[in-house]
Amino acid sequence: MSAQLKLNNVETYIGQFHILQGISFEVRKGEVTVLLGRNGAGKTTTLRTIMGLNPASKGQVQFNGEDIHSLPTYQIAQKGIGYVPEDQGIFAQLTVEENMKVAMKSDNDQTQARLHYILDLFPDLKTFWKKPGGLLSGGQKQMLSIARAYINENELLLIDEPSKGLAPIVVEKVMESIMEMKENTTIVLVEQNFMMASTIGDRFYIIDDGKTVQSGEMQVLKDDQDMRRKYLGIA
Amino acid sequence: MEVFFNLALNGLATGMLIFLLAAGLTLIFGLMDVLNFAHGGLFAWGAYSGTWIYATTGSFFIGIIGAIITGLILGMITERFIIKPVYGNHVQQILITLGLMLVLSELLKVVWGPNQLSAVAPSFLQGSWEVGNIIIIKYRVFIILVGLLVFLAVQYVLKNTKIGLVVRAGVMNKEMVQALGINIKKVFMLVFMIGAAMAALGGVLLGPYSGVIHAEMGMEFAILAFIVVVIGGMGSFPGSILAAILVGLSGSFMAYYVPDLALAANMLLMVVVLIFRPQGLFGMKG
Repeated sequence: MSAQLKLNNVETYIGQFHILQGISFEVRKGEVTVLLGRNGAGKTTTLRTIMGLNPASKGQVQFNGEDIHSLPTYQIAQKGIGYVPEDQGIFAQLTVEENMKVAMKSDNDQTQARLHYILDLFPDLKTFWKKPGGLLSGGQKQMLSIARAYINENELLLIDEPSKGLAPIVVEKVMESIMEMKENTTIVLVEQNFMMASTIGDRFYIIDDGKTVQSGEMQVLKDDQDMRRKYLGIA
Repeated sequence: MEVFFNLALNGLATGMLIFLLAAGLTLIFGLMDVLNFAHGGLFAWGAYSGTWIYATTGSFFIGIIGAIITGLILGMITERFIIKPVYGNHVQQILITLGLMLVLSELLKVVWGPNQLSAVAPSFLQGSWEVGNIIIIKYRVFIILVGLLVFLAVQYVLKNTKIGLVVRAGVMNKEMVQALGINIKKVFMLVFMIGAAMAALGGVLLGPYSGVIHAEMGMEFAILAFIVVVIGGMGSFPGSILAAILVGLSGSFMAYYVPDLALAANMLLMVVVLIFRPQGLFGMKG
């Protein structure tokens, strides 16, 4: 299977801090690739580097065979990459409808059909359609953030810790929706919740101290208690 | 009653002129995080260019359009060559825009000479109406109407168009707007140009209101505009009109009733607002 996204020995600085010190991984089309690792390992920075928000100082980021690491963020997004940031990035004073409209690249029949599909997937967004995004609950904000990244026909979604701070029942709902989106889109998921990561993920990469240190099929990690304990601190 | 009405009308007209200057300033700060101390210079250039075009062509409206075009062009040049290299660095922004303010003021003297220029309203806007004992000066009503019209037009664009939506979203989270595939730098330039055009419009309208224009007028009004931006809430467009009206009215009434405190009134107003609402009347927390 061909690699849709490829990072080759990527290094990123934030100010004077050398956060990513050699990240390499491949994301195969149609799969969910999960980035795992302890807090501060560099998972979020990896996604931000792919999006050009913290540009790489060394190494290469390729999307569909094209180098994208020197492009500005908006051009990377226009290539077909949707981003759901860790803090959800909701425009608090815009309504749910306006948050969606900012993201919509067009307003044709296809986009409207996609919007209906998304609203069926996240009925809460329909309920709060005219309410400011800032008034939504944590789970609803997460749904809005995912919906906004999914409204355009993006080939790849980068989702950063969608379960963070959410009640278990909401995590389940978010997980179901990602499972459904997986049918049409390649996904890179950063996730601390191993149950969620292992349920959704096809492949994994473990990031430690800014480097990719382990990778493989998700089943390998499920079966390897020592690896989980060593890098993730869970049994 | 007549005094009250006249002071209110005067305050509203002054408020609208400050609003035209402050509105661009607040959007530029909110969206671009740029402290533009040269904004007053664009205001003064609008006044001079518009007054000169009016004197040359004999048409007040061509003068207004000329001032707006001057603002758009100067805004584009300023954003591209002065502001762009210092995005994200407030100290450099303050230094370079203060320098630009001085350059713009001095250039006015180079082009139009060091003396102040007189500016008169067109004949159809001269004079006043009398309603009972109240005298309503036509030109002040004109300024108020233009200010309201600009407010409503910009508010319509912000609320009902995609570009307006992007600007509002950009004020809240620039990074996310870019991550949604929108070229925020193009939006930056557009907002800067429109802000500069509004300042230039304010400048050309001020001419006949005060009777004379001079090269330092930009700095005088820019201080009031900064007070308005702080009171209204940085980045808030509706906040800027409300604060501008408050500043205009307080200046007008204080100058009449407590002239010794007139200059301090706006500062006091800002201090009071900052104590009770540090984010400004319409600003977002944090």
